[in-house]
Amino acid sequence: MALDPITLSVIQSGLQQVCDEMDMCFSRAAFSPVIAEANDRSDGIYAADDGALIAQGAGGLPIFVGTMQFSTRTLIEMIRSGDAGEPEPDDIYIVNDPYLGGTHLMDVRFARPYYRDGEIFCWLSNTGHWPDIGGSVPGGFSASATAVEQEGLRLPPVKLFKRGRMDREIYAIICSNIRVAEQRIGDVKAQSAALLVGEARLNALLDRYGDDTVREAIAELRIRAAEQMRAHIARIPAGTYQASAYVDSDGVVNEPLEVNLTVTRKGRDLVFDLSKSSPPCQGPMNSVLATTLSSIYLAMRHIFPDIPISAGAFEPLIVNRPVGTFLDAHYPRPVSGCAAEVSQRIAEAVFAALVEALPDVVTAAPAGSSGNFALGGHDPDSDRSYVMYQISGGGYGGNADHDGLTNGCSTIGISKAPPVEIMEQAYPVLYRRYALREGSGGAGYHRGGFGLEYEVELLRGEARASFVMDHGRFGPQGALGGAAGATNTVRVWRNGQSYIPDHLSKEQNIPLAAGDHVHVGTPGGGGYGDPCRRDPTEVLEDVCLGYYTPEQAHTLFAVVIDGAPPTIDRAATEALRAAGAAQR
Amino acid sequence: MTEYGLAGGIVAGVDVGGTYTDLILLDPATKQVRLAKQPTTAVNQAFGVLAALRAVAADLTSIDLIVHGTTTTTNAVLERNLCRTGLITTAGFRDLLELGRRTRPHAYGMFGRFKPIIPRDLRLEVPERMDATGTVRTPLDEDALRRAVRQLMHTGCESLVIHFLHAYANPTHERRAAAIAAEIWPNGNITMGHAMLSESREYERGVTAAISASVQPLLTRYLDRLRTELSERGYPGEILVMNGNGGMVSSHFVAKEAAKTVMSGPASGVMAAAYTGRRAGVGNLITYDMGGTSTDVALIRDAEPAVSNEIEIEYAMPIHVPMVDVRTVGAGGGSIARVDEAGLLQVGPESAGADPGPICYGRGGARPTISDANILLGRLNPDKLLAVDDPVSVDTVRSIFARDLGDPLGLAAEESAAAVLQVANAHMAGAIRMVSISLGTDPRDFALFAFGGAGPLHATALARELGIPTVLVPSRPGITNALGCVVADLRHDFVNTINAPIDAVDLDRVHAIFARQTAAGERLIEKETVGISEIRHVFSADMQFVGQTHLLRVALPGPTPDRTTLQSLFERAYFDRFRVELSEIRANLVNLNASIIGVRPPVDLSSLIDPATREVTLAAAEIGTRPVWFAGGWQDTSIYWRDRLPAGCRIEGPAIVEQMDTTIVIEPGNIATDDPDGNIHIQIVGN
Repeated sequence: MALDPITLSVIQSGLQQVCDEMDMCFSRAAFSPVIAEANDRSDGIYAADDGALIAQGAGGLPIFVGTMQFSTRTLIEMIRSGDAGEPEPDDIYIVNDPYLGGTHLMDVRFARPYYRDGEIFCWLSNTGHWPDIGGSVPGGFSASATAVEQEGLRLPPVKLFKRGRMDREIYAIICSNIRVAEQRIGDVKAQSAALLVGEARLNALLDRYGDDTVREAIAELRIRAAEQMRAHIARIPAGTYQASAYVDSDGVVNEPLEVNLTVTRKGRDLVFDLSKSSPPCQGPMNSVLATTLSSIYLAMRHIFPDIPISAGAFEPLIVNRPVGTFLDAHYPRPVSGCAAEVSQRIAEAVFAALVEALPDVVTAAPAGSSGNFALGGHDPDSDRSYVMYQISGGGYGGNADHDGLTNGCSTIGISKAPPVEIMEQAYPVLYRRYALREGSGGAGYHRGGFGLEYEVELLRGEARASFVMDHGRFGPQGALGGAAGATNTVRVWRNGQSYIPDHLSKEQNIPLAAGDHVHVGTPGGGGYGDPCRRDPTEVLEDVCLGYYTPEQAHTLFAVVIDGAPPTIDRAATEALRAAGAAQR
Repeated sequence: MTEYGLAGGIVAGVDVGGTYTDLILLDPATKQVRLAKQPTTAVNQAFGVLAALRAVAADLTSIDLIVHGTTTTTNAVLERNLCRTGLITTAGFRDLLELGRRTRPHAYGMFGRFKPIIPRDLRLEVPERMDATGTVRTPLDEDALRRAVRQLMHTGCESLVIHFLHAYANPTHERRAAAIAAEIWPNGNITMGHAMLSESREYERGVTAAISASVQPLLTRYLDRLRTELSERGYPGEILVMNGNGGMVSSHFVAKEAAKTVMSGPASGVMAAAYTGRRAGVGNLITYDMGGTSTDVALIRDAEPAVSNEIEIEYAMPIHVPMVDVRTVGAGGGSIARVDEAGLLQVGPESAGADPGPICYGRGGARPTISDANILLGRLNPDKLLAVDDPVSVDTVRSIFARDLGDPLGLAAEESAAAVLQVANAHMAGAIRMVSISLGTDPRDFALFAFGGAGPLHATALARELGIPTVLVPSRPGITNALGCVVADLRHDFVNTINAPIDAVDLDRVHAIFARQTAAGERLIEKETVGISEIRHVFSADMQFVGQTHLLRVALPGPTPDRTTLQSLFERAYFDRFRVELSEIRANLVNLNASIIGVRPPVDLSSLIDPATREVTLAAAEIGTRPVWFAGGWQDTSIYWRDRLPAGCRIEGPAIVEQMDTTIVIEPGNIATDDPDGNIHIQIVGN
């Protein structure tokens, strides 16, 4: 008998609830602030036979929407081929190998077989970003690694928990290879406890509705999720859409990397082709396939936020494997920039390709960088070594409804930036400024949001500054006639001399002494629509708030503003705009 | 000094909500209770308050105490109808309030906006700087400060915030700046960033201060007006205002820390629930307040509402002062049901709100909502709806359900309405579970306290879904917030950060902080002109394992805990919450909290339902029967009138109990009993 739609709805929300509870348990109990505060984690339920995504927590980090099913699938395949141990009840596998359905090494996945009547009914898996995984750079975000071994410890799927007991020997190996190891036991326990919570909740769901009903519902929900995605795809006029986005450089070779995307609507599916993208690179800006796919999925979910996170919803998104490009990295290509930066360029290409087809729901490009600035040094006052991370946001793209958000977080994350006061408490630094970056929003009918500008001084001791950012060479793209947002800027002042990294947005280990300071400007969002159609009163308001100068109002928006207090010269503005229109 | 509100005096509780102004007038001597529900007057809420007093024919000269819950500040913040307010801050940091610790409004979707509380042109900088230890790096430029103050005055600001970096560590610059500003500023509306919240995190502290400053003049004006209106009509006493912490404060002091009133209404509802539960012998409650547009949930343990210092009233708008932890979990009666592209029934998040509202309101609403489903299934009596403009027939509702939901789902109209309730209840149950487990509790250990206009309609179904054994419906569910005003205590909360490992913390310092907090609270309570029966002290500590960022609040037995007590209470609380034992890692003592509570004399609630209206037999309380849809079919169901129920009666479901302001659904198999205060306890048989 076919399931009634109400039972389906209720089981759908029941499965979602299981995952949301796992997410909450993981975050609340986690030690790593990356997990606890920034929610850099995800929990879900995956099919027993192929790891297909059944449900995933709504509060998981967007970049994980697509990766975890590949990770679980790879594990299942390795068990079948004998490359991973046979599962038993209460086992938990640990794996962080990027090439086995992962992201970067810091994202550590746990997978637990879920048994009903002695058979694996499904897998419960989660991912958490550990603050360190060894390797040459504390925290793992290298700007110049040339092989994965330099990026840290790589674990194939091994059982960290065997029949419910943690393997102390494996744990000891891990702890001997990572920094601040003593606190990781807290994350390991939180991560495994979350899977236990999932098991208890899933037991309750299955006991209530019956295993067969739930199994049937899962199959049906998958079909319906695909239908839902196809209904959205139908809004895209048939045809082919192309866009490119560029990574500044790989951190080693100073040349841009191109994400070249073609999207074709074929019937009721969307086909994504990245095959014309740049070849694999020497530096850490390669992306593994799972991350490349996930980047496309998350971009589509940003466009259609109501589609469920499920394998079915992704089925109509057909991604041709970009063989031979930097978006399909193989061992031993370094990959530490894939989750934080390359993923966001892929998403930007998706937005740029589809904004003309879907102008109401796609925005101009957002800043799209995680803005990693790491400062590692020694504080002579406390006689302790430290690693400080400053992540930061930038402007979002303008859109059909309104101007872009100022200082939004990365596309792939949902993390809060740390407070200046907390940074100054913890590290020997002083922020001289933390300000809205004036003029950075791309001009448009709806302008981009503004980036951030900060200046931080080293107060004591010596330190090394590292940057893994992007958009230093090319600003976030405008759409439908809008201008690009301002590019990212990094400038280091050493002994009174200004230094700009050769790669603009990436460099590792720049030595600093007390009194030196670092100045970062993050990108503004792309503008949306013709800036000369922007309402002059809105331009005036932007000038009065100091977002743009009167000169910028003139050159970017063709609005003439003068006097104190500033007013619009209507006649001059009309003349200027008419002249501009005539030229076009 | 005259003390008002002592046992014996008449007390009025007035709650001004978004739609209605509710009033309870209680005379403890005669046990007489008078109730009123009047439309809220948006422009000047005082008119609604006066209308409510008129409606109960109150003799203002005989009222001893008026306690007031207000949404003046809530609405002002949410609608950004704020007073022109200026900010003076540390050079280099004027954009803090605009940049925030920004994420984005929705996890998915690149749309969404954010409007700072104070616009950029009213945010000025002056040279000054403290470092994180509270040491001066740059002295305060007093001339620049004077210039900034004058500039803000000239642009017409009527309120001023002075917010400097690290002022929690050393407030000297903020205090000096406030003193200088006070010489020039035309009124007393000067708010220092560290005054209400002396914790690090410049955004949260700054927003709390900015919200407070920009509603302070509004609240002052409103209360002045109300005070004048009331005293002109002969009211001799004091007006107390409910704070978001569930305690009340004199209207003369409250505006100084106006941000604390932003969650006043929801907090007083929870306080009423705690009070009602305590009298009924039910200490553990999950409060469930469902209205037209949203549903609020809070947790009460041992008759104490959970409190949080980290409430966000909307996206990126934190108010970090201790407040009753009320969570909005989405759906209300106006939530819209639709069939999505996957052919699945979805309820919410879209809402018809109050305007146009559900179809049955007759204001032009044309899409099926939860309220409409309740009408169609006979749970709600269409003739008894409040606030209907132009009556709509049940047939119209039925045909819309058939067209929009039934046909695409292959169900009859009534079946589709039942499905709407089932899906909506599943969602709400999930949301309530998340609130409960986020606070480390299993919902099955609680009773569900249902109030608000729609709470008692859904409570039994939700309890069944959540495994909750009992539903408690207070005697006056629709005016619970006003009841909270009547029963509220005086309350002052303190938080001090200590941040040291338990095994190394200076215990003398811990004890001294608690002693200081206690003395400060008792001093404040003495200043109030309100009679109290005793002073209660509640102490707790926020703790975490070293390296963690989340805090766990642990109740302490007294103000002089020893090291072993701290360690063992924390470990037990941690294990209870996370089922994880971590003896490997040291624990940190982060904050010390004290609540000093001036307990008001007990209030007898037994006449909230007038004994004179009660009948002797259940049959006499029955006002009719109608078919009501339960579990897949119509059942002929008795309808009772709440005020007529005989004292101590027992009702077996299915049954519907109607009263002025709500409808209670008792499902088949449930057993409901009436208690001496007129609360109905519904036992969910099988849970």
